[in-house]
Amino acid sequence: MTKTSVRNMVIGATVIVSVVFLYMTYLSYASLSERTNSEKISEEVAWGKRVWEKHACIDCHTLLGEGAYYAPELGNVIKRRGEAYVKIVLETAAVQGWGTTRKMPQFDLTEKDINGLMEFFKWMGEIDTNNWPPNIEG
Amino acid sequence: MKCQYESQRVAYPYFIAAMALFAAQVLFGLVVGIQYIWPDFLFPAIPFNIGRMIHINLLVVWLIFGFMGSAYYLLPEEVEGEIFSVKLALLHFWLFLIGGATAIVGYLFRWHDGREFLEQPTIIKVAIVVVVLMFIFNMFMTIMKGRRKTGISVVLFIGFLGLAVFYLFAFFKPDNMTLDKYFWWWVVHLWVEGVWELIMAALLSFLLVKITGIDREVAEKWLYAIVGLTFLTGIIGTGHHYYWIGTPAFWQTWGAWFSAIEVLPFAAMVAFSFSMVSKRARNHPNRAAVLWTVGAAVLSFLGAGVLGFMHTLPQINFYTHGTQMTASHGHLAFYGAYAVIVLAMASYAVPNIRGVMPTHQKAEIFAFWTMSISMVLIALSLTGAGIVQVYLQRILAIPYMETQSYITIFYAMRLFFGATFTIGLVVYLYDFFLPGKARAESPS
Repeated sequence: MTKTSVRNMVIGATVIVSVVFLYMTYLSYASLSERTNSEKISEEVAWGKRVWEKHACIDCHTLLGEGAYYAPELGNVIKRRGEAYVKIVLETAAVQGWGTTRKMPQFDLTEKDINGLMEFFKWMGEIDTNNWPPNIEG
Repeated sequence: MKCQYESQRVAYPYFIAAMALFAAQVLFGLVVGIQYIWPDFLFPAIPFNIGRMIHINLLVVWLIFGFMGSAYYLLPEEVEGEIFSVKLALLHFWLFLIGGATAIVGYLFRWHDGREFLEQPTIIKVAIVVVVLMFIFNMFMTIMKGRRKTGISVVLFIGFLGLAVFYLFAFFKPDNMTLDKYFWWWVVHLWVEGVWELIMAALLSFLLVKITGIDREVAEKWLYAIVGLTFLTGIIGTGHHYYWIGTPAFWQTWGAWFSAIEVLPFAAMVAFSFSMVSKRARNHPNRAAVLWTVGAAVLSFLGAGVLGFMHTLPQINFYTHGTQMTASHGHLAFYGAYAVIVLAMASYAVPNIRGVMPTHQKAEIFAFWTMSISMVLIALSLTGAGIVQVYLQRILAIPYMETQSYITIFYAMRLFFGATFTIGLVVYLYDFFLPGKARAESPS
């Protein structure tokens, strides 16, 4: 094979896989409201996501398995611990942090922030993740 | 040897900045590695999330410095003409350094955004785009004004263009976390398993042509094949990130098939470098650079190819997703594929820029083996941690924090090999910053 024919094959293959990939992206986008209940993203959920980002929670925790593996998975935390417990953790974190060995730092969380995070976690817990994680411990 | 074109020298500050930031990256790696064993270390001044953010952002910044320096070094030789504007190259060097340093220092004061790896505040992201556009413009003009267009220079250019285009998805922050994650991967995956592989393959081809003296027609045919395999497997291979984040189940089939063959471009790079080196027309005097070059192909195959393949199938990934297995793969993949290729370019180019003979060859070869073996052992320690974590947490359903208490021994091993890695790095930096004084006899 000449260099030119290899190059043309490369261009052809790239175009084909890109078209397939974009079509699957379209299908994924179309399934979004059904799989993630996007109509349930209230202002509180959106605010919670912003609080989540403001404190870079992802750089210790994981969320649907993505993140830093230094602290527990939080995608299903409401189902694992229950609302009351999670709320106590957040309220304590706002005053003095949380934990005994690996510690969560103290974060300046307002009542609105805590409420937003709670709604955000509740919404995350309802996403159809193809039955991941394998058990409730995440 | 000396460099053939005056403007190649502009690569020098890029390599210096890359090395300094590399050292800082490893320092922060040690900090977070210590925190895995003694969580109170530097807490709460530098909590884990900030330390980890700095560790990874420094990695990305020093690699991009290394890529840009490598490009400025090789372009004049490739296109047979000077860099279009050395002033522009220096201007965006300082812009990038100041922007990068501001971001890193800002992190220490909690000035950051909150998406993994894309923690740069928006204004810093804009600055990064401006820097990369200036660089791409300079590169484009250099190629256009040069006397010839080579496959290596064009592939390198496409790699950087892709780097710029896909970074734009970093600005997209929808309220729906699944949608957010979907396009977040267009930056992260399509960088490191897409366009960055083009940059790596182009640098590898350049080095192999230079150190073996083999005709570029042969090398460029390999290069095109590697680019083809990268896109053929890597684009739909993005699907291996779409198994469990709220995206449709069809990604499990597509992601599995395509990412299973994502090992092919890395296997091709190994075959490419061994075939070139075994047919070499001459023995290059810079043995350390040869070692780093072949090492890049082999270590990227192990880290990105083999360790990636090990947990890319959904049946396995269901259990390993979000455990220390990912950290294991990440460490060896980034070191093997991207850190080593930049170190190879630095080892090859910097003595030429300085116009001195490559010295301390023994020291540098020691550094290669120390750093590389240490990184393999870091990856294996984390694989051990990952296997135990999967068994306890994912199979026996033991809570996360309790599981962690059983795997401290693996984190201690990782920290130990992090320390031996640092020894190798110190030797490398000694050779880099305090070279011998033997002058090169003749330009070639």
